[in-house]
Amino acid sequence: MSVLSVKDLHVSVETEQGTKQILNGVDLEIKQGEIHAIMGPNGSGKSTLAYTIAGHPKYHVEGGSITLDGAEVLDMSIDERARAGLFLAMQYPVEIPGVKVADFLRTAKTALAGEAPALRPWIKEVNESMKALRMDKTFSDRNVNEGFSGGEKKRHEILQLELLKPRFAILDETDSGLDVDALKIVSEGVNRAQEATGLGLLLITHYTRILRYIKPDFVHVFVDGRVAEEGGPELADRLENEGYDRFLTDTSVA
Amino acid sequence: MTVVTPEQHGFKAHSDGGWDASEKGFVPVQTRSERPKSFAHDDFAAVNGLEAEWKLTPVKLVKPLIDDALDGSPYDIATDAVDGATVEWVSRDDSRVASAGAPEERASANAWSSFEQALAITLTGEEHSTVRISRSTLGTAARGAHTVITARPHSNTTVIIESAGEALLSENVEVVVEEGATLNFVSVQDWAADAIHLSSHFVQVGRSATLKHTIVSLGGKVVRVNPSVHLSGEGADGELYGLYFADAGQHLEQRVYLHHQAAQTRGRVNYKGALQGDGARTVWVGDVLIGRDGAGTDSYEQNRNLVLTEGTRADSIPNLEIETGDIQGAGHASATGRFDDEQLFYLQARGISEAEARRLVVIGFLAEIVQKVGDEELEARLTVAIESELEGTHS
Repeated sequence: MSVLSVKDLHVSVETEQGTKQILNGVDLEIKQGEIHAIMGPNGSGKSTLAYTIAGHPKYHVEGGSITLDGAEVLDMSIDERARAGLFLAMQYPVEIPGVKVADFLRTAKTALAGEAPALRPWIKEVNESMKALRMDKTFSDRNVNEGFSGGEKKRHEILQLELLKPRFAILDETDSGLDVDALKIVSEGVNRAQEATGLGLLLITHYTRILRYIKPDFVHVFVDGRVAEEGGPELADRLENEGYDRFLTDTSVA
Repeated sequence: MTVVTPEQHGFKAHSDGGWDASEKGFVPVQTRSERPKSFAHDDFAAVNGLEAEWKLTPVKLVKPLIDDALDGSPYDIATDAVDGATVEWVSRDDSRVASAGAPEERASANAWSSFEQALAITLTGEEHSTVRISRSTLGTAARGAHTVITARPHSNTTVIIESAGEALLSENVEVVVEEGATLNFVSVQDWAADAIHLSSHFVQVGRSATLKHTIVSLGGKVVRVNPSVHLSGEGADGELYGLYFADAGQHLEQRVYLHHQAAQTRGRVNYKGALQGDGARTVWVGDVLIGRDGAGTDSYEQNRNLVLTEGTRADSIPNLEIETGDIQGAGHASATGRFDDEQLFYLQARGISEAEARRLVVIGFLAEIVQKVGDEELEARLTVAIESELEGTHS
């Protein structure tokens, strides 16, 4: 069974005010098939963890490790991480003018599989996934994320999750900005992918709303760049009722 | 403590001249349409390289075209006969010559004074057809040339002129799109590496006529194509596109002038370029003039440049002059930037290698213009050419 393991991870970013420490020793272990939710107030470092795992160059790892079945992820380039089975559904996917969705999906699938997928079954699979996510067929001919609404961008991220079949996926605030209908459609997509491939999921969210549709096995509360509390799904219910106040020390609200 | 009182603005002459300049009473040309025009070489003063229209051009390299005698004899072209179109060499006194405009600078006037016969492309077919002309044997001697494209009323044609091989060429291209005609004109400059080419396009778009004008410049040492497009008939529509890819040591320049002369005209200008390698240089100047009679004008121009390596320079200068307030809209935009790291990250995070991600981003950036060409066969070849530019294998 595959394991994604984060150990004592320290991460900083360069800002105009100088180097800023964001993650201060994160420990986390996700086994294939498990669903973990990371919850926490704004600025607690949730997204930094997501982008650091994916390899965004903006984040500097000061210490610690991220391993996938024992292999050091931090030694891999961004694309190598994806090919090793990691996937990040982004909160703000960028527009790529002139690159059509259909071409992009096929290029990504080819890169991950090492060979181009057979055309007919591939197109069928793409169409079925798009239909399940209530995406119009004309979507394939549009340029990647160009002119997409917020909801369309998120569906496009989950479409990729379904088609690219990673071993571990990190969903960065996939629920933010979605109305309840879109949230249900997106959540169904995530659950479908999870059932089909048994992937491990790291669900990053500020709100508990998405956890009504995607049931976590574990909940981690993130405060000041580290895990402040861990528990089962009941922890999410408690956060829904109480908010994050009890985790916020005087220094962190300052 | 000394108090410095700022001088009243305009109390003294601006450093770039004006009412107080050494030449008393000198007033620089205020409006794009009022630049001096002449067919005669001698009417234009010698070029020193500081003139507004030359200061961004490597004048030393193009000097023979500005000053020397030019060979104005016809050259070899390759073209297939197309119904509804004639392609022929005609004499200087043909009625089609001098119907669209006149030179505004010395190299253009030199070509005009020199050509012996003009290549006349005359379009009459109402069913859409495509005229393809290619030329590749112009040689290294200094040449002057002239082309006249006349789209007769209600004709509907695509004209593609592709240039390759050696050249030291100054030329003028006149384009007249008569009432109700539709013309898609594509000019591809994919010259040999040391070719030098100066070209002025003079274009008139008549009443309810539609012009799509696309410049593609890929190969050549210095390639400067300056289209002046006059939307001179009511309801005329002009879309002006440009695509250029400058490699190390290449100078690719385009000075675009779009004149909304008549009422209810629509104009779109969109030029996109990529620069790669030491000394890769591009210039885009976009002048839009909405004239006094341009009521109801709808106009937008933009230029985007993608800088792929260090050591390049892209000049991008949009100008907008408006002489009437009664317009629908007018805008301009210009941006020159490097690779967007977020785009690369997004693609790489899906398993796509960095090299492939860069390729996708550049091809995608330029694809917007390639897709406007409107000829599948040429679009496919341009995509291949851009890919080989990226790999550094293009001439």
